[in-house]
Amino acid sequence: MTTPPPPLRLPLRVGRQRRWQVLPIIEIVVLAIAVLLPFVLKDYLTIYATRVLILCLFALSFDLVWGYAGIMSFGQAVFFGTAGYGVALIARDLGVTSILLVLPAGLLIGFTFALLLGGFLLLGRHPSSVIFVSLGTLTGSYAADRVARGWYYLGGQNGIPSIPPMSLGSYDITEGPVYYYLTLGILLAVYLLCRFLVRSQFGLALAGLRENEQRIAFFGYQVQRLKAIIFSFAGAVAGLAGSLYAFHEGFVWPNMLGVVISTQVVLYVLFGGSGTLIGAVIGTVAIEAVSFWLSNSYQDIWPIILGVLLLLVILFRPAGLVSLILSERERVGNFGRLPEEGDRGSS
Amino acid sequence: MALLEARGLIKIFGELTALNGADLTVYENEFHGLIGPNGSGKSTLMKCVAGAEIPTSGTVTFGGRDISQASPAERARAGMSLKFQITSVLPALTLYDNILLALQAQCSLPSLVFSRSRGVLHDRAMAMLEQFRLVDRAAEPASALSHGQQQWLEIAMALAPEPKLLLLDEPTGGMSLEERRVTGELLQPIKKKCSLVIVEHDLDFIRDICDRLTVLDQGSVLDCGSVAHIQSSARVQEVYLRRA
Repeated sequence: MTTPPPPLRLPLRVGRQRRWQVLPIIEIVVLAIAVLLPFVLKDYLTIYATRVLILCLFALSFDLVWGYAGIMSFGQAVFFGTAGYGVALIARDLGVTSILLVLPAGLLIGFTFALLLGGFLLLGRHPSSVIFVSLGTLTGSYAADRVARGWYYLGGQNGIPSIPPMSLGSYDITEGPVYYYLTLGILLAVYLLCRFLVRSQFGLALAGLRENEQRIAFFGYQVQRLKAIIFSFAGAVAGLAGSLYAFHEGFVWPNMLGVVISTQVVLYVLFGGSGTLIGAVIGTVAIEAVSFWLSNSYQDIWPIILGVLLLLVILFRPAGLVSLILSERERVGNFGRLPEEGDRGSS
Repeated sequence: MALLEARGLIKIFGELTALNGADLTVYENEFHGLIGPNGSGKSTLMKCVAGAEIPTSGTVTFGGRDISQASPAERARAGMSLKFQITSVLPALTLYDNILLALQAQCSLPSLVFSRSRGVLHDRAMAMLEQFRLVDRAAEPASALSHGQQQWLEIAMALAPEPKLLLLDEPTGGMSLEERRVTGELLQPIKKKCSLVIVEHDLDFIRDICDRLTVLDQGSVLDCGSVAHIQSSARVQEVYLRRA
């Protein structure tokens, strides 16, 4: 009697070699700096830093669509701005300023507008080209800006001023360290959620979408649906950022919806490094910090200096600033946690 | 029983008629070769079957279901899988992730978001890499592979979801003689699992692995039958000699 051959034992960790990871170190260092910053900054700089953190959140939304899914959106400001206007109207007309209502409302507004625009641009029978989507989103941004400028109810050119502060019970959350740490907490939570998402098997599907959309359609992926999902999710993140921005600044104005801020967020992500999440944060902080310093030191020519800097980085480090220390392999990363030996086959 | 039936396929690009009433029948567990001179419409026929092109007229039936207007994703979900003529592995991803990407295509959204199927699919991904002699390089990016190995990886990706019908468009294009021989060896075990339609210029390769052949010329079927029948067909020889 012959004994049956032993079952094929395949290595559990093949493809997942343990190496020194640079990305978590960068993330921890950035977080540590962000936590300590209000202790060393003057009050007016803490307010400025809060604004930068909100823009980091906004940049994450663009990194999700472009860096991970390969959707070139030149209209992320539509979701940022509509959510800003939405919560400003809720506060002005309904008197509702509770953080428990206005932030979810902003998130929902961003999600809904992204779903509508994404549905129109991405859910055709055939996959949309990059040009079609980028021009479509750009047009959406321009149109939203024009509508806001011409609509009296939205305050026209002046926007909506004097939005009452966001509140939690009877406590008003005004600009300063409290708003800073609130924003930092939200940014951290959204960052971790995005990180979870892009490192899951869903993230692998997004990587396939970015690398070769046609190929994965032939595997059976519904690529348009995948795009619409990530586009709407990113719209919700932009909406959350927009509502935080509106209450922090105390007013909203048509520029929040327009082409300039839509392009600005593209630059943040390209400068820092797309497809890394932390690159979006670093890019935003770097551009805003350099702009702040240059505008104080070289009042007349700072936009030119900043433009040249951006060009140099994009020309010589197309993968952005983080590529100086992050390898391509680590940038692409791994997808989905592999269950331990005992759990395998039970999932 | 016929798994795939294409009837009267016509495909017109502007003023060019690439397919002119072509028919194709593929039976279960059959290796079927599509041959013909350059420009005879082989790749167009393959694309019309896979859904990369929608025929101007004609029908494609797969497993008894009319899929003439179905999208590539719908056809893939019905059990059809394609390897492109031009290698289209995802170069930035590891070999393992390339295979996992193909395997998880039909998982639900929550399953993907919470990576629930990763454990189940891991063994299948590794077994597929083992079968195509790539397991030692599972952790490397696909861009590090030679052209021939990329072709194998792509065949493995197409085969990973366990399709009923595998469509291979020039799988040995650009390969060395040794790599072609190995490719033939790698394809043989597939026969027990699925049917195969293969477009190939290497007639020796086709003769060695196929059960039946369809010969196309100027967008129409010139002849169809067993390898022996095609080899002795005067019409086929005439076309090949005329082009030689």
